[in-house]
Amino acid sequence: MATAPSMSPKPGKKMMSRRSFFRVSAIAGGGMLLAYYAEPVTRMLAQGFRQERLLPSSFITIAPDGIATIMAKNPEEGQGVKAMLPMLIAEELDIDWKNVRIQQADIDQAKYGPQVAGGSTATPTNWVPLRQVGAGARQMLIMAAAQTWNVPETECTTASGRVMHAGSSKSLGYGELAAKAATLTPPDPATLKMKDPKDYKIIGTTVKGVDNKKIVTGVPQYGIDFELPGMLYAVFQKCPVYGGKVVSANLDEIKAMPGVKYAFTVDGGTDLTGLLGGVAVVADTWYHANTARQRLQIQWDEGPTAAQSSAGFAAAAEAFSKQTPQATLRSDGDVEAALQGAAKKVEAAYSYPFIAHVPLEPQNCTGRYEDGKLELWAPSQTPDQGLQVAARTIGIDASAITMHQFRIGGGFGRRLTNDYVAEVSWIAKQVPGVPVKLLWTREDDMQHDFYRPGGFHYLRGGVDASGNLVAWHNHFVSYGRDGRFVPSGDIGPDEFPARFVANYATQYSLIPCGIPTGAMRAPRSNAIAFVFQSFIDELAEAAGKDPIDFRIAFMGNTPLAPTAGAGGRGPGPEFDAPRMQGVLRQIAINSNWHNRTAAKGRGMGAGCHFSHLGYFASVADVTVNADKSIKVNKIWIVGDIGSQVINPGPAVNLSQGAVIEAMSHIMGYEITFEKGAAVQSNFIDVQPVRIQEAPPEIQIDFVKTQYSPTGLGEPALPPVLPAIANAIYAATGVRIRTLPLKDHGYSWV
Amino acid sequence: MPYKLIVNGKTTTVDAPANMPMLWVLRDMLNLKGTKYGCGIGMCGACTIHFRGQAVRACQTFVSQADGVPITTIEGLSADGEHPLQIAWQEVDVPQCGYCQAGQIMSAAALLAKNPKPTEKEIEDQMTGNICRCGTYLRIRQAIHRASALAVAAKTAPSHNGHGS
Repeated sequence: MATAPSMSPKPGKKMMSRRSFFRVSAIAGGGMLLAYYAEPVTRMLAQGFRQERLLPSSFITIAPDGIATIMAKNPEEGQGVKAMLPMLIAEELDIDWKNVRIQQADIDQAKYGPQVAGGSTATPTNWVPLRQVGAGARQMLIMAAAQTWNVPETECTTASGRVMHAGSSKSLGYGELAAKAATLTPPDPATLKMKDPKDYKIIGTTVKGVDNKKIVTGVPQYGIDFELPGMLYAVFQKCPVYGGKVVSANLDEIKAMPGVKYAFTVDGGTDLTGLLGGVAVVADTWYHANTARQRLQIQWDEGPTAAQSSAGFAAAAEAFSKQTPQATLRSDGDVEAALQGAAKKVEAAYSYPFIAHVPLEPQNCTGRYEDGKLELWAPSQTPDQGLQVAARTIGIDASAITMHQFRIGGGFGRRLTNDYVAEVSWIAKQVPGVPVKLLWTREDDMQHDFYRPGGFHYLRGGVDASGNLVAWHNHFVSYGRDGRFVPSGDIGPDEFPARFVANYATQYSLIPCGIPTGAMRAPRSNAIAFVFQSFIDELAEAAGKDPIDFRIAFMGNTPLAPTAGAGGRGPGPEFDAPRMQGVLRQIAINSNWHNRTAAKGRGMGAGCHFSHLGYFASVADVTVNADKSIKVNKIWIVGDIGSQVINPGPAVNLSQGAVIEAMSHIMGYEITFEKGAAVQSNFIDVQPVRIQEAPPEIQIDFVKTQYSPTGLGEPALPPVLPAIANAIYAATGVRIRTLPLKDHGYSWV
Repeated sequence: MPYKLIVNGKTTTVDAPANMPMLWVLRDMLNLKGTKYGCGIGMCGACTIHFRGQAVRACQTFVSQADGVPITTIEGLSADGEHPLQIAWQEVDVPQCGYCQAGQIMSAAALLAKNPKPTEKEIEDQMTGNICRCGTYLRIRQAIHRASALAVAAKTAPSHNGHGS
């Protein structure tokens, strides 16, 4: 192996600052393998996860036949990353896409670095390094050709997987050069010249889903489809009340049921994201396991969460709203004085419910434990963490665990938590040598989620006589455990419109909560955008201004310095007002906003939101009928995710999906709790949008700006909720302040 | 109890409890994994199969009801993955996570079999039982229209072995 680490600081933007180097080696049969090693991205914006050591983050191999194989290292859950990341490499490698093969990598952090699907991070973190991988391989193939022909490298060019020398009319395919390239010293990634974007042949063109053929023909490729010879099937009954423990269970009766091989009582721990107490039933078929489960009689020690309920939460919020907030997150200027002096004041209470992720593939995982080693087949958005959870659960070292990944049947944040991996790990350890597939029912999935937490915002705002926004006060009543916000129940001190309002304060109080919560597509933003962008509409009306013009105008205020606020992880400090003003101006044009006409029962509304480094505006056109049925006639989205939309077709698809999901959030999604347990259980009482409810048209456009490209898994979703809510107001004069809409008698047409 | 099953043209006998849903017979006994589990109560459509040519939910169909009845699953929709819907689905790039799509295609195939040129309303009436959590509905509508056009074109083409019949 020729190894030539060469490190140099990379100039440019802070987030891309990293040291990096290549290692090259020969592969059997005369090809080359190039690996890229990089130091942590200085700070993973928005989501805060980080890698600590110098890790290889990507591999590419070039075989003698010229085929480049690129490892798709991150989990694919429909966000399109399995094509998007390899496109970056292939572009700079200068190879035809038809000669690229994509291989799903197993979970191996030592080989690939972090493997995550979450936080819309794949694009911003891979944009520079993966293009460097392609450019590095290309440079080495040029070096190999130049040496072969004894000509200067600078006289060589590449196209479609070949190196050419114009002077001598010689050319060689990458496959013919790979063996020689594998013996050369790799270049310093920082010295590589990247393509001018105008020369892109792959980036900016649509590459369709790489697994489409398998999907439409029913080829097994999801975790739920995985099978091993001699495999048994497991179900796991947890306490309906989160964190409850088994006191006793009729295991003898269950063990006598048809097909049942084992039944176990599981003590479990107190970590809601790990193994919890319950009963595991293992049988020859899943049908037998689940049928036996219906006969379970378990006496539970439900624990303290049994005292919690949605009604109790609402009463607690109401009480908090009349008290001094528990803590202050941010305070600029003098809000009370400014409200006192305001020409018009608006006061409003907003709230939204807990909601579940409901990916269509229920949670599942297969495990086999033998001789102190565990092998796992897991659909997980954070497989690295799954491996750690499994190791902790059964008390073995993570190095004794092998993990394989699958295409994921929807994640939306649910599979960031690996509780089902912990469960199958425990079960597999009880039956050494026997592979076990754990499969949850839909009811398990809906009732044991890490919910998007609900929340309550008590807002007061003021505008002056000229219609300027001069005061904003929010008492945010959220949920807490041990005096801290529950996961995804927090808010950033810099959350917009902080910094653009001179007198601004965020204070909060926390309702004690034992219900598990976690990140859901556009965490925090998916709720905050509805509240803040609806309230901004109320303030625009008080100011007598057009809603979009009002937003553009107050974003023109010189921002105050960001606070070094305590708590919260809001994505505020990076907020760049001109970029948001840009998408607002564009959406006003696209939707013909300023020429909209009022019609009885029909209206248009707007919203905008910055999250996950993306700037997004949305406009909705809705009709509200007398029976409160709502038809969404059209939705517009305009996004700014930087200088390139890497894979335009799937980018539009993903954004349309975000719109549909936002419609589910606003209308049909709600989980309520009674006596510490979820009430809803299946697609009867939680309704995602169905085909006839989807708008006839969803128009997605991107404005291109000079900034480095950023992710798209999440930021298109948040502004759609307030756009619809504000459109309902425009159509009817009824202000929507509490979600979901179904609780107020609304439905989709 | 032994039951004679005719799945994708092949006859097999399975020994299963009478109330075992076909979903689990197909997936775990016949190893046909294309039919997906999503809800178990007939509300999501991920397990849609053809039962005497009708689209039904395999999770709501007992093995005892399926005795001797011709059944088609996504694996048997076409010999080569070239059903007009399978072509159109790829052309239009319908899938995101892809988990619901076999059920979507089976629902759409039952519709096109009896109504080769459905209207938007007819498409929505047929497809309303199939949830797509990723929100691919606009492309599902588009792909069904496209498949309809492909099938009609294949039928009217003067000579080649199309799929129109």
